[in-house]
Amino acid sequence: MSEHQEAMRFEDAIPQLADVDVPAELKDWIEQRMAMYPDRKSAIIPCLMAAQKLHGWLSPEAVDQVAAVMRLTPARLVSVATFYDMFELEPSGRRTIYMCTNISCMLRGADAVMQELERAVGVTNGGVSDDGIFLRSFECLGACDIAPMASVDGQFVGPLTVDDAKQLVADIRAGGEVLPAKQLSKRPVAVTLWEGGGKVGAYDVSDSASGAA
Amino acid sequence: MDDLLFHNIDEPGLATIDTYEARGGYSELRRVLSDLTPDEVLTELQASAIRGRGGAGFPMGTKASFLPKGDMDKYLCCNADESEPGTFKDRELMQKNPHQLIEGMIISCFAAGINKAFIYIRGEYEQQADILDAAVNEAYIKGYLGENILGSGVNVSLVVHRGAGAYICGEETALLDSLEGKRGNPRLKPPFPANAGLFQGPTLINNVETLSNVSHIMRMGGAKYADLGTEKSTGTKLVSVSGCVQKPGNYEIELGVPSREIIYGLAGGPPAGRQIKAWFPGGSSAPVLTADELDLPYDFDSMAGAGSMLGSGAIIVIDDSISIVDVALRTAKFYKHESCGKCTPCREGTSWTVKMLQRVEDGLATPMDLDIIESVCDQIMGNCLCVLGDAMAMPVSSMVKKFRPEFEAHIESARAARMPLDEATLTDELDLKEMAAH
Repeated sequence: MSEHQEAMRFEDAIPQLADVDVPAELKDWIEQRMAMYPDRKSAIIPCLMAAQKLHGWLSPEAVDQVAAVMRLTPARLVSVATFYDMFELEPSGRRTIYMCTNISCMLRGADAVMQELERAVGVTNGGVSDDGIFLRSFECLGACDIAPMASVDGQFVGPLTVDDAKQLVADIRAGGEVLPAKQLSKRPVAVTLWEGGGKVGAYDVSDSASGAA
Repeated sequence: MDDLLFHNIDEPGLATIDTYEARGGYSELRRVLSDLTPDEVLTELQASAIRGRGGAGFPMGTKASFLPKGDMDKYLCCNADESEPGTFKDRELMQKNPHQLIEGMIISCFAAGINKAFIYIRGEYEQQADILDAAVNEAYIKGYLGENILGSGVNVSLVVHRGAGAYICGEETALLDSLEGKRGNPRLKPPFPANAGLFQGPTLINNVETLSNVSHIMRMGGAKYADLGTEKSTGTKLVSVSGCVQKPGNYEIELGVPSREIIYGLAGGPPAGRQIKAWFPGGSSAPVLTADELDLPYDFDSMAGAGSMLGSGAIIVIDDSISIVDVALRTAKFYKHESCGKCTPCREGTSWTVKMLQRVEDGLATPMDLDIIESVCDQIMGNCLCVLGDAMAMPVSSMVKKFRPEFEAHIESARAARMPLDEATLTDELDLKEMAAH
């Protein structure tokens, strides 16, 4: 079906801007984002994420707002959103903890840390606490150098001990920085580098290892 | 000879354009645009023989040369959806030296006649995406991106596009669908992206690390770059080492060094008193190797020759304190969760493999289940649009094959631990579990 045919057929299903109260900054953001692509539909995922950040989750209202500005049906947007792990189609928390439980973190004790997080937050995996902390196990967040690790609202922290798990939740509840000493962004590359000088065999392990922190 | 990709990597402020330029950054782009033709750049890239750093290892210069010539919209997609378990090298490159990637992308666009570039970065990398956004903005302000770059008449636009959490979007055609605002399902090939990719236009897709090498290849010259590494695995490689080692981290190595030197020499080996039981040489989708295979040279062909793969260059080390059954189950669960569901062998095969491994774990299995696991894995491989199913089948069947005695011993001991359940109870419970799963 061509885009024109689709627009004709589903016109009635697209919420009208006049009927939907779209926050001005969200509308501006979506319009700018659509202009960055040869086809505005490319902006669907970033725009849904922007709406989710604003509303805390992809509520029907949030989806309608994106749909009205993008001129797409809510059904299309929801069909996309359900594919991706980071979209929340049910009410979520205002703070999010993704605890990595994939192989590299598992090998270094992630399961025990996750158990402690569940205890400290007071929910099981996938739950939201009364004070709005959303906890879920997540698979490989790409920070196995600080395994076991978690992402707190996008801030990567690790390596985590069971005690760190308690502190992490306490820090969130206190409203301050979360485990500042364990934030990935403050960490140098773990290693010294290759000191080749030529071909295979010229590689000196003892030199390289001696500089590693 | 100095390190390449990690040169100055921990220098404060390297992510800003001023520091990057002060260290010689963007000088290769200037030279390329003023002195060379696109074909000359392509020739250097082909001479370097650099193979893709994302997992498949396809020669980058050759891939770039597949794009049709002519005046039309062409696209470069940088694959920054780094999601292969155990891999975190691209994260480091984007976080600490984003301009190295951007310069490589602009040079690649020039070589292949591309005017529109995207970086598809996984949604979980929020900080890295913020850093890239800022760096792209700087590059526009300095005139390295946009229209008529440095007065050369070349136009390149670059957009940082964030995903929203789906392993499959690292598969190149699923990435294209996702970038078009769809569910990330892989496409049937052919047509290949070089002919009909993003928005059905000619599209080049390369990994972050591959593109980050481009300015170094141009500076050194392709032939000189090819002197590094081995004949068929040229250059340096970032290796992410994790799991049971004392110093997990990213290491830049020359391809072809003994694997042992990476795991023991750089990453410090397993904790004192423990022995290596198995290791994934290239992310969790690579068949595992054993301690007997530690002296293999770390390069594409040696890993393939040992029945595994270099993949994304992520080494995950498993020591003798770890149950291989746990590792197999965790691996399978990941791919089951990430299967997009489009192809039956992958959707059903990953799901049943998890159920069978869970039975092994719970003491409800018999050794015959191991045969069935291997058979299911065999039937996934090569039977889907993409290799996600293979990515589970390969490591799981390698673990069952290489560690069969441990699996059998686990089945025995886990069954014994369930006693005094008699056989009838076991059968009932098994049926209940099956029913509950549906």
